Amino acid sequence: MSTNDQASGLGRYLVVYVCILAIAGLQFVVAYHSASYSEMFVRMFLLAMLEAALGVLFFMHLWSEKRALLIFVSIFVLFVLATLQYSWPDAFRIVGGVPYSSYH
Amino acid sequence: MSQANIALGAHQSGAMEPSPFSIPSKKLAMWLFIISDAMTFAACLVAYGFLRNSTPNWPTPFHSITNVAIMTFILVTSSLTMLIGMRAARAGDKGKAFRWILMTAALGILFGLLHLREWSQLIEEGMTIFKNPWGTGLFGSAFYSITGLHLFHVTCGVIALIVVGFRYQGGRYNADDIEVLGLYWHFVDLVWMFVVPFIYLLNLSH
Repeated sequence: MSTNDQASGLGRYLVVYVCILAIAGLQFVVAYHSASYSEMFVRMFLLAMLEAALGVLFFMHLWSEKRALLIFVSIFVLFVLATLQYSWPDAFRIVGGVPYSSYH
Repeated sequence: MSQANIALGAHQSGAMEPSPFSIPSKKLAMWLFIISDAMTFAACLVAYGFLRNSTPNWPTPFHSITNVAIMTFILVTSSLTMLIGMRAARAGDKGKAFRWILMTAALGILFGLLHLREWSQLIEEGMTIFKNPWGTGLFGSAFYSITGLHLFHVTCGVIALIVVGFRYQGGRYNADDIEVLGLYWHFVDLVWMFVVPFIYLLNLSH
């Protein structure tokens, strides 16, 4: 935690706390919307990413650390998250055939 | 230059090397742990998504979101109490820091108890790791493994909070240790932000 963080007081943390709670509340509201599963998934995922970004940047103080650490953490995590998406086409193949094929 | 001097020189240059990213080594170690743990949870959630996507009769057993909403509120609030404790530790106010750390641990315990209550209700309804009355048995294994892994992290965090809190109070640990522990606790909170929408909210019965 940098000296800047100590000087900024609890106010910023309270604002971030309220924002995270509000976004979490929004997720609960979205859950009761009538939308397709994929639409709902995208909305939930974006809101969760926003919550996580607030948590990492401000609660975990990544924003006030050296930019090199921010870049290091982001690249590592985002790269692995991206490579994990490799399995999705297979998940679709099991229920709906090979993606983009004419088989249904 | 003698062999001993070469060895000493190498050791000294190692000791004088600036800390990577200008943060203490234990903080860097915690960040590396968090990165690897984030990958573990991400792999679990992607595996869960794979199963959910490829299984036609996936159950949607959750009727109410009250319990999970309360659990979310408790965990996010515990992050705030952890921050207050950490700030007090940085300011050198040991008593206040100790109280807020124990408050964080108490919220973690409350979260765990609510989680166990929810599990026992689901078990009473017939949901086990292998089967459930609503659809594929894969749901139970996915649900219990992911929420169980998270609950394990919360439990470890609560134990760490109590141990580090008392050792900080006793003068064996300092504010840096509280901050490192805080990183872990915020991470546990952060994982829950993904578990709730994917495991609970996308499985609501409308």
